[in-house]
Amino acid sequence: MNAIRFLWAAYVATWLIHGLYIGSVARRYSRLRQRTKELRK
Amino acid sequence: MKRAFPILAVLTALLLTYSTYQALVVAPTERTMGDVQRIFYYHVPSAWTAFLLFVVNLVASVIYLTRKSAKADAVALVSAEVGVVFCTVVLVTGPIWARPVWGIWWTWDLRLTLTLVLWLIYVSYLVLRRFSDSSQTPKLAAVLAIFGALDVPLVYFSIWFFRTQHPQPVIGGGGSLDPRMLHVLLINWLAFSCLAFVVCCWRYRLELLHREVEEMESLEALRGVTQ
Repeated sequence: MNAIRFLWAAYVATWLIHGLYIGSVARRYSRLRQRTKELRK
Repeated sequence: MKRAFPILAVLTALLLTYSTYQALVVAPTERTMGDVQRIFYYHVPSAWTAFLLFVVNLVASVIYLTRKSAKADAVALVSAEVGVVFCTVVLVTGPIWARPVWGIWWTWDLRLTLTLVLWLIYVSYLVLRRFSDSSQTPKLAAVLAIFGALDVPLVYFSIWFFRTQHPQPVIGGGGSLDPRMLHVLLINWLAFSCLAFVVCCWRYRLELLHREVEEMESLEALRGVTQ
């Protein structure tokens, strides 16, 4: 039972790290798209 | 490439779902460690993907130093950033696996210490790129990347040549792995490599957009000065 907790902890940590990074790329991307639109006006 | 990107992203998501199912359900349970050994299917492919990205960073840095290619510089930055993300996964999942198996979270073993040093080198590379405004920054970063890449073979071969707490290599080096486990491991590596490729493509587009915005902003500022 204890081993399963460690397995899930590793699984959650892996996807949390990737999710946070992908989220930060998405945020930066939409912010820059917005800025490009403003500059082109 | 722009049109193929959503298809590639969906295929990667499907492959990741399949590889997770393989790792958690299909792969046989290891006799001594039990289910916790399944961390292996995230830990090892993440390490291999990080090494691959650091090698891409090295090649792009060398191309930048020899040809002054802005695209190579962008590829170097992107591969280092995504490589650090995968290396972070390795450094987080390793201790989570070590705690139930070794009874400790961390030990200053050669493999573990060199991996931490590798992570620190590439984090300092990213800090340099983020906070230095000098025109020499890409050149300095490329040189740092070449020194950083020297640590990759040291990390990889440390368990071949030195007696360490870390297990021996699963492929080559006298290690043996159940063929069913090897199959699941390779599927997971393929899935993580596809994820890295998709994220790198997206991050590369972001980098080009960032450079375009910077150029437009400096032109705007120049126009403001001349008016």
